[in-house]
Amino acid sequence: MPKSVVEVQNVTKSYHRDKVEVRVLSGLSLTVPEGEFVALMGPSGSGKTTLLNLIAGIDHPDSGQVIVAGTVLNQLGESQLAQWRARHVGFIFQLYNLLPVLTAFENVELPLLLTKLSSKERREHVQTALELVGLKDRLRHYPRQLSGGQEQRVAIARAIVTDPTVLVADEPTGDLDKQSAAEVLELLARLNTEFRKTIVMVTHDPRAAEKAHVVRHLDKGELNGAAVVNRV
Amino acid sequence: MGVFHLIPRNVLRHRLRTLLTIVGIAVAIMAFGLLRTVIAAWYAGVTQAAPDRLISRNKIGITFTLPVSQKQKIERMPGVIGVTYGSWFGGSYKDPKDFFPQIAFEGVNSFLLYPEFIVDSAALKAFATERNAAIVGSATMQRFGWKVGDAVRLTGMIYPGDWDFVIRGVYTGRTDATDVSQFLFNWSYIDQRMQQEMPGRAGQVGWWVIKINDPVKAASVSTAVDREFENSSDPTLTETEAAFQQSFVAMAGTIVFSLQIISILVVGIILLVAANTMAMTARERISEYAILKTLGFHGGHILGLIVGESLLIACLGGALGLLMMIPVLRVVGASLRAFFPAFPIDPRTYPLAAGAAILVGLLAAIFPAWHAIRMSIVNGLRRVG
Repeated sequence: MPKSVVEVQNVTKSYHRDKVEVRVLSGLSLTVPEGEFVALMGPSGSGKTTLLNLIAGIDHPDSGQVIVAGTVLNQLGESQLAQWRARHVGFIFQLYNLLPVLTAFENVELPLLLTKLSSKERREHVQTALELVGLKDRLRHYPRQLSGGQEQRVAIARAIVTDPTVLVADEPTGDLDKQSAAEVLELLARLNTEFRKTIVMVTHDPRAAEKAHVVRHLDKGELNGAAVVNRV
Repeated sequence: MGVFHLIPRNVLRHRLRTLLTIVGIAVAIMAFGLLRTVIAAWYAGVTQAAPDRLISRNKIGITFTLPVSQKQKIERMPGVIGVTYGSWFGGSYKDPKDFFPQIAFEGVNSFLLYPEFIVDSAALKAFATERNAAIVGSATMQRFGWKVGDAVRLTGMIYPGDWDFVIRGVYTGRTDATDVSQFLFNWSYIDQRMQQEMPGRAGQVGWWVIKINDPVKAASVSTAVDREFENSSDPTLTETEAAFQQSFVAMAGTIVFSLQIISILVVGIILLVAANTMAMTARERISEYAILKTLGFHGGHILGLIVGESLLIACLGGALGLLMMIPVLRVVGASLRAFFPAFPIDPRTYPLAAGAAILVGLLAAIFPAWHAIRMSIVNGLRRVG
């Protein structure tokens, strides 16, 4: 049985809007084994993105534990968390979030600037990542010179270039047309099957969720029902 | 590529805004330098004053004269190695608005007490032998297009009537700060005419210039001179040349103080301009800073990016301002020659102006950087789109 990469244990999380406390997650627990592709679905406000943020180490739970890649995230300070994220997490955002003043190459190179790799090694890694997402011929293009699908593929290259333990994707196809969305989902599926990447993806799109091994539904901050297994 | 390569690219992102900010800072830095130079010009007489020269004037007021007979007594005093005198002529050349200082000097020996005036020997020889010879500062020569040998008629106010002079020489300054605007001529020229036309005003000088052998003795010699004449009909007030000049600056103390306040306000204004730009910039890029943090960059990187961008803009503005300052000060100095004979650029103005630009760059970045560092990644990412 594969070991768990993500363990969310009895986590609660609330936000304050004005003076009103809004409970987002209520004692939620989730385990994601290594190499699994999990889709999190649910209505708006159900806590999907909050859960993803906790797994990614960019937010803190009010109570409970989040253990990712063997590290208890609650115990890390901001600086340690930043280092941990750089090493273990690759992010894919709905709106790609590439830096507009950097070329595709430079955007993908960004996370590598935090490593001790030489310039030559960085270049090799970036070229490999961009080749993997099919954009080796777009190295010098700025984001404004790329289509939405291409931008998202550059973002995926940026997410995988450090070979992170887990990929987290927040509505990765939410801003794409059908064709581009299909290409991005194929790419994620390929990263999971060929490169054994553990992926946690938030989506509203049932077709996107079909690409995952397992689909978990959230409602009002809790996992709703058993996991739906698409494929093993 | 390093992450700080982002700084120049971010600077060029909103080119018009960056350009306007740079020009704004440049104009302000130039204004800062100009104001400082005007203040320095006001004090030029004080800072350039010789420490071994005393000025003695009538204790009642600067407009009152002193009898030339006092000279021998002053010369005999311990510590005194030279005495000469001068009188303010206060005439005008053609248009009374074209002011320049005209001073009746005792004679050639007066130049010995002013080593900062460089005059050739032929001019001094003519000055010694020709009653109406004049030696004129290079700035005034240039201003009126005069040449050596020209005849110049001045109309006297203090000494009424028309006075004809022949320019026999030009003096230049030993330093840029030397006053080279004066029109110098023989005191005997006016004294002889006073003897004929207004005998009561003959034998009177405006002030004494006393050279002492040791600047440390300035106070004791001043006291001795004033004590010598304190019970006479013409008591003196003796002080160092710097103090004498300072008394003129003090008359315009409010103006100088106002200029100093304005120069500080100018720095404040550029701070607001730069701070506004940086605040807008940081606000627009909050999501990008959140993304960088998400990728593992820490607060130090964000601080470096924001402070670096602010410093780059401020330094570009400061450098442009300093470059603009030199020709602008030349033009302004030339146009203010009548009021400020010496308009030297204080060398400290450059590091001060550069320091002001750097300070502005740093201060303008503090709040945006603090805000960006403190903002949580989740809140930063919410601003995407």
